[in-house]
Amino acid sequence: MPSTVSDHVAPHPSVPAGPLPRNPGTALDLDWVGSVRVNRSASERRAATLVTRRTVKKAWQAGWLLRAITLIDLTTLAGDDTPGRVRRLCAKARRPVRDDLLGALGMDDTPLTVGAVCVYHAMVPTAMAALRGSGIPVAAVSTGFPAGLSPLATRVAEIHASVEAGAEEIDVVISRHLALAGDWRGLFDEIATFREACGEAHLKVILGTGELGTLRTVARASLVAMMAGADFVKTSTGKESENATLSVSLTMARTIRDYWERTGFAVGFKPAGGIRTAKDALAWLTLMREELGPRWCERDLFRFGASSLLADIERQLEHHVTGRYAALHKQPLA
Amino acid sequence: MTVKAIFETLEYGPAPESDDVARAWLARHGARFGHFVAGTWRASDGGETFATIDPATGATLAHLAQGTVGDVDAAVAAARAALPGWHAIGPHGRARYLYALARHVQKHARLLAVLESLDNGKSIRETRDLDVPLVARHLYHHAGWAQLLDTEFPDHVAAGVCGQIIPWNFPLLMLAWKVAPALAAGCTVVLKPAEFTPLSALAFAELATAIGLPKGVLNVVTGDGRTGQAIVDHDDVDKLAFTGSTEVGRGIRERSAGSGKKLSLELGGKSPFLVFDDADLDGAIEGVVDAIWFNQGQVCCAGSRLLLHEPIAEAFIRKLKARMETLRMGHPLDKAIDMGTMIAPVQLQKVQALVQRGIDEGVSCHQPSWAVPADGLFYPPTLFTDVDPASTLAQVEIFGPVLVSTTFRTPAEGVEIANHTPFGLAASVWSESLSLALDVAPKLKAGVVWVNATNLFDAAAGFGGYRESGFGREGGREGMHEYLVPAWEHDAEPYDDSDFAAIASAAELGDALYDHADDASDAPAAGPGIDRTPKLYVGGKGARPDSGYSYPVRAPDGRHLGEAGLGNRKDVRNAVEAARKAESWSGTSGHLRAQILYYLGENLEARAREFGERLRALTGSTDDDARAEVERSVARLFTYAAHADKFDGAVHDVPIRGVALAMHEPWGVMALSCPDEAPLLAFVSLVAPAVAMGNRVVVTPSPRRPLAATDLYQVLDTSDVPGGVINVLSGDRDELARTLAAHEEVACHWYVGSAEGSAAVERASAGNLKATWVNHGRRRDWHDPRQGEGRTYLRRAVQVKNVWIPYGE
Repeated sequence: MPSTVSDHVAPHPSVPAGPLPRNPGTALDLDWVGSVRVNRSASERRAATLVTRRTVKKAWQAGWLLRAITLIDLTTLAGDDTPGRVRRLCAKARRPVRDDLLGALGMDDTPLTVGAVCVYHAMVPTAMAALRGSGIPVAAVSTGFPAGLSPLATRVAEIHASVEAGAEEIDVVISRHLALAGDWRGLFDEIATFREACGEAHLKVILGTGELGTLRTVARASLVAMMAGADFVKTSTGKESENATLSVSLTMARTIRDYWERTGFAVGFKPAGGIRTAKDALAWLTLMREELGPRWCERDLFRFGASSLLADIERQLEHHVTGRYAALHKQPLA
Repeated sequence: MTVKAIFETLEYGPAPESDDVARAWLARHGARFGHFVAGTWRASDGGETFATIDPATGATLAHLAQGTVGDVDAAVAAARAALPGWHAIGPHGRARYLYALARHVQKHARLLAVLESLDNGKSIRETRDLDVPLVARHLYHHAGWAQLLDTEFPDHVAAGVCGQIIPWNFPLLMLAWKVAPALAAGCTVVLKPAEFTPLSALAFAELATAIGLPKGVLNVVTGDGRTGQAIVDHDDVDKLAFTGSTEVGRGIRERSAGSGKKLSLELGGKSPFLVFDDADLDGAIEGVVDAIWFNQGQVCCAGSRLLLHEPIAEAFIRKLKARMETLRMGHPLDKAIDMGTMIAPVQLQKVQALVQRGIDEGVSCHQPSWAVPADGLFYPPTLFTDVDPASTLAQVEIFGPVLVSTTFRTPAEGVEIANHTPFGLAASVWSESLSLALDVAPKLKAGVVWVNATNLFDAAAGFGGYRESGFGREGGREGMHEYLVPAWEHDAEPYDDSDFAAIASAAELGDALYDHADDASDAPAAGPGIDRTPKLYVGGKGARPDSGYSYPVRAPDGRHLGEAGLGNRKDVRNAVEAARKAESWSGTSGHLRAQILYYLGENLEARAREFGERLRALTGSTDDDARAEVERSVARLFTYAAHADKFDGAVHDVPIRGVALAMHEPWGVMALSCPDEAPLLAFVSLVAPAVAMGNRVVVTPSPRRPLAATDLYQVLDTSDVPGGVINVLSGDRDELARTLAAHEEVACHWYVGSAEGSAAVERASAGNLKATWVNHGRRRDWHDPRQGEGRTYLRRAVQVKNVWIPYGE
C-alpha cells in the first residue's frame, strides 16, 4: 500500500511549546455557564467513532505508549497503603520500563519517568523522600477525598499541610452537591479558595463526573472550575461507581478548548479511574490529539490517573520488541 | 520513523488493512468475471469487456463482462423461470435463505469490506463499520419480513421479476436494499451493479451460491448504462428499482412509462443541515463531518447545504474550519484516515469544475491547509461560505466533499431556505430545544429527517425521497410494498375499447345547440325548469371554463341530459393554484378532516334520492343499482372519515437510544383522474382517501358522466369543505391528465382510464418525478370494498417521513 496519507501542517490553533502561564482564572461568567449545550447522543457517537477513525500500529504504537507512560500519575489510594508500598511505587515511577526493553526500542538515551506519583497526604513525606532528585512531582489527593464533605476549614487545612509537606500538585474534590444544585457561585468560591490555598502547587479539580448525572452538568462544572483557577480538571476519584468515560472526557476536552479560545489560558485534563489497558491509553491520547491537538498530549496538560495501566503498557511494549505476548509477572512489580 | 521520534512528536503512521484475501479472491477468478445468470457464470454475449480500477492507484482490479441485450434476456429468462419455484418455497423457506445470506455476509465480513474499499476508494473504516454491518442488518430484517409475509401483507402477491440498477457509492449496501425486500416478497432479481464497482455484487452472488439459493432467483449482469437500459426496456420485467442520479431516474421514468412496470426511484439530493443557536455546536460540527465528508460526499443524502442560525454562524464556521484541519485523507485501506478517494476521474473532474465555477462566481472558498496526497483521485474537503441560495453551488448536487453554507434569521426562514430546492431526500436539524426541533422536522420536505444526528440508517426505517429525490421507500414495511402488488390489482382485467369513447368532438360541441330540439316536445306546459348549467369547481366556487365551451352529456340511450364545462389547461393551472393555496388543509387535524368527511356523507345521504335519479339517468342502471351506488358512496366517505385520524404512522424500533417516527404526510396537491363508470362511487373512492390524509385534490370526474360529480358542488359547499381542497374539472380526462401530470406543483397523480392515458401520465410525470398510480387500462370493481377502498388507497395518499430522534441527557 503506498503511503499517501495527507500531510498535516497546522492541525490546531496551537498552544505554544514550552512552559505555559498558569491559568489565573476569570470572574464567574454565569451567562457563559448557562449557555453550555451538550447533546449526549452526539457526544457518544463522536467518542465511539474517534477510536475507529484512528489507530496506531507497530513503531507508532510503541512510541505512543511510551508517551503515555510519561503522562501517568502513578497512583495508590488505598486504606492499606504503607510506606513500603509507596516506596515500591516510587521506584517504579523512576524506572517504569525495563532497561532491556528501552534499549530495544532505541530509547536508552532518553530519560523516561511517569508524570507524577499520587498518594494520600499521609504518604507525601515518604514519596518525597523516595523521589528525591528524580524530578518527579508528588501529587496529594486532598479536601476530604473522595467524598469532599468534611468542613471547608478542614479541607483547606489539608491542602496547606500537603503543600507544606512538599506536594507540588494537589488533587481536590469538589462538593458535588453544589454542581447538582446548580450553585455555580458556591462552587466557584469553593474552588477559588482551594486555588488560593495551593499557592505555587498546581491544582487539579476532580469533578466526580460519575455522580454529576448529565454531560451538561459535567461541562458546566468544568467551566466553573477553570474560571475559579483550576490548573487541571479531572474526571473522577476512581471511587465512584462510574469511572472516566470517553464521552465525559470528550465533553471536558471541548470545554477546555472553549476556555482556551476565549481566555487564552490552557488548562490540563486528567481522566482517572478505570483506565487500565494500553488500548485505553491510546484511546484517550487519540481523543486529546484529535480534539485539542498534540500539545495537549504533554505532561503539563494531560495526565492519566491510573494504578494498573503501566503494567499493561509494559506488556505491550515487550510484545512489540519480542513479537511474543508477554506475561504480567515478568514486568517489574510496583 | 524511529520509536523515539514518534514518542517525541506523536505522529500518526500507516495502519494498513491487508488486502491479501481480497486479492486472492480476485486471482482465483483470474481477475476476470462473467455475468451471474441462473446460478452459473456466463461470458458476455458480445465478448465486450470493461475494467474496474482501484481508484487509489489507478490499477486494474478485474475485467468484467459488458452486458448486452442478449445477456439481459438470459438473466430475465432465468429470473422468470425461477419465479414459480421461489414462490413455492413459501415465506418460511425464503426466510431461511435470507437468514443464511445474512449469516454469510457476517462470516465473510472482512473480505467484503476490503473488496468494497478497493473497488470504491472509500475508507475501510466505513465499509467495515457501516456498509457491511448494515448489509447484514438489512438481510436479517428482511428474513423477518419473509417469514411474516402472509400475515403482515395479506391479499398481496409478489411483483414478479425485478430489474434493479444500483450506484457505485454504496455498492453492497444498495444491493442489500434492493435484493433483500425483493427476495422476501417472493420476487426474483436481475441486478446490475454500477460499472465502477461491480465486485462486491459478484462476491455476493458467490455467497448466494454458497447458501444454495435456487438458481435464477438472483442474477447479476454487469455493464454500463447500455446494460441498464436493456433491463429498463425488457418486456418481461415486472418491477424496476433504481438508485442513482435524478437525470438517469427521469430517463427511466420516461422509458418505462406505460410498460406496466412498477417503479421505485431513489435519486439525488441537496440535503439541508440546519444548526440553531441552541445547538450543541461541537456535536453539530461532527454531524457536518458525518454529513458531507462521509464517503467523500458521494452520498445521495449528504448534508451538503449548511444553514446556520445567524447568532452562531460565525462561531460555527470558525469551529468548522478548525475541524477541517484535523481530517486525514489517505489510502482507503489505511485504518487511520477519515477520507479516501473519489470514485473515478470523471467524478473528480466534475467536482473540480463545480468548485471552480463557485470560485468564478465569487463565492468564498475554504480548504484545509494540509496537502492532498499526490497520487490517486483525492479531493480535499471544501467549504463555501455565505453562499447565495440562488447560486449554482447552492442548487446543484455536487456529489463530492463540498459544503455550501448560508445563514438564516428565524426558524421559518430556515425552513424556507431548506425547502427551496427541487430535491427532498434528507435533512438534519440541530437544536437542544425539543419543541423547536420537532416543529421544524415535519415542515422540511424530506423523506428522512435526523434530529441532532445525521446519516443514520436502519432496515426498520424506510429511506427515500420527496420531490425529485424520487419515490418509493427502501426498508421498513413501506419498503416491502415496493415489491408487492395487491392481489386484485394483479388480477385486474382490461377495459374494453368502447369504455373510452371520446366525450365530444368539435362538431358535437356545436351540435349541442340543437340537442334540445328532441326534448322540446316533453317540455311541461308550465314552462321550462330553471336551467342548471354546472361550471367547474375551483377554490370552493363555481368557475366558468376558460375555453368558453360546454359539452353535451348524454344518457346511454343518447338522450341529452345536460351540459358540462369543458376544462382546459388554463383551468388546470387555476385549479392547481387554488389547491396549492389551500395548504392549511394539510395541517389540520385528522379529527377535523374526519368531521368534514362524515358531514359530507351526511349531506350526500340527505340528497340520496336526487343522486340516485341522476345516476340512473347517467348510467342507465336500475333503481336498485343507482341507490346502491349512492349508499356505497356514503359508506365510503365514512370509511375514510374513520381512517382520517387512524392511519397515522409508526414508531420504529431502530438500534439507537431514541426513536424513529414514521410520519404519514400528505403529498400536498394531488391530481385524480376518474374513470367513466360508477361516476359517483369512483369519484368518492379516489377523492375521499386523498382528502382524508390531508391532500388537496384536482379531480377530473367521469368524462362522459360528470353530472354526478357536478351535483356534489353544493354538497361540498354545505359540508364545510374549505375552498381549494377539492377542485373539480370536467372535460376530456386524458387531455386534462396530461397537463396535470406535467404540472410541477402536483406531487402525485392517480389515474384510472385507458392504457394509453396511463402511459401518458407516467411519461409526463417525469418532469417533477411525481409519484403516480395508474391502472394501465385495467378495471377495478368499485363496488367491491377489497378493490375500491382500503389501506392501499391510504398508503398511496401519503408519503412516509422518518424522523430520527436520538435522545439522552
